[in-house]
Amino acid sequence: MIYLELFYTFFKIGLFCFGGGYAMLSLIQDEVVHHNGWLTMESFSDIVAVSQMTPGPIAINTATYVGYTASGGNVLGSIMATLALIIPSVVMMSIVIRAYKKFSQNKAFQGIFSGIRPVVAGLIAAAVLNMATPENFVDYRSYLLFSASFLAAYFYRVHPILLMVLGGFAGYLMY
Amino acid sequence: MCWELFKVFFRIGAFTIGGGLAMLPVIEREVVERKKWLTKEVFTDILAVTQTMPGVIAVNMAVAVGYKVRGTKGSLVSVLGAVCAPFFSILALAIFFQNFRDNPVVERIFMGMRPVVVALIAVPVITTMRSIGLTYATGLIALAATILIWLLGVSPVWVILVAGLGGYIWYRIETNRKRRRGL
Repeated sequence: MIYLELFYTFFKIGLFCFGGGYAMLSLIQDEVVHHNGWLTMESFSDIVAVSQMTPGPIAINTATYVGYTASGGNVLGSIMATLALIIPSVVMMSIVIRAYKKFSQNKAFQGIFSGIRPVVAGLIAAAVLNMATPENFVDYRSYLLFSASFLAAYFYRVHPILLMVLGGFAGYLMY
Repeated sequence: MCWELFKVFFRIGAFTIGGGLAMLPVIEREVVERKKWLTKEVFTDILAVTQTMPGVIAVNMAVAVGYKVRGTKGSLVSVLGAVCAPFFSILALAIFFQNFRDNPVVERIFMGMRPVVVALIAVPVITTMRSIGLTYATGLIALAATILIWLLGVSPVWVILVAGLGGYIWYRIETNRKRRRGL
């Protein structure tokens, strides 16, 4: 049953994503694109693109979108996926916040997180490489757009929304 | 008070564009400076905890701040507020996007945006590495994680579990060594 599958998948994503936003992408890709085939890598990239320009965290946006499309256009799918994504957060944070002082000084906990931190960079790198598909990079112009926007974002800190708009405009003119 | 919490987190959810991390300074401004619900010190402590917990950071923050201000009820209301705007805006988009998907103009626009999005995600790979400090150890761990997930198709869940376990074992070894030295 699709609603249970959506719930199970996004619950897992909510439970195992550390390091926020971009670090979740490889987990979402693995579950939604590779494992369940609910999205192609191309439409996954489109959702990430849209997420850069709409309010809210990428994970919530993806859950809402995939919930809708995977259930054949049912709002209930969106609700299930989004709820499943936030339930682990809400439950665990509700427990931890009662003793947050202890947690923020707990050495064992810091040890666990110190192991996860370098992996977060690897998770993001894997997400990038997974998205470097022929569908996303159709020809040399794609590589030009990639390089130009990487330089603009990294060295000149150009705002992501501006870059997305420029990229969309360039695509409209070039293709 | 609950209505106030809902309003604040709704606004945070509705007006912070570009993901959870972009929301953090906005949450701080609203909760610490404007509403004065929490002191800067408590906020910083909470922030440290939310970032080590799994899940969407903005949701974690909503739970934490809501709880501090108004208990369990406060945390539920805050989460609801934070999720509302993203949920409905994407739902609306998902419904309309189905009709636009095959539009050639939309497809051209997305053809231009896709490489840009990949570039925007490539940037935090470098900034994350720089913020944790690039050494042989961290570099190798990051590289190993990349290869496992990207080339070998290992689920990120396993990589995260093993990394957390590794971090814990390392912490035990370190504390044992310190104890033996009599520190």
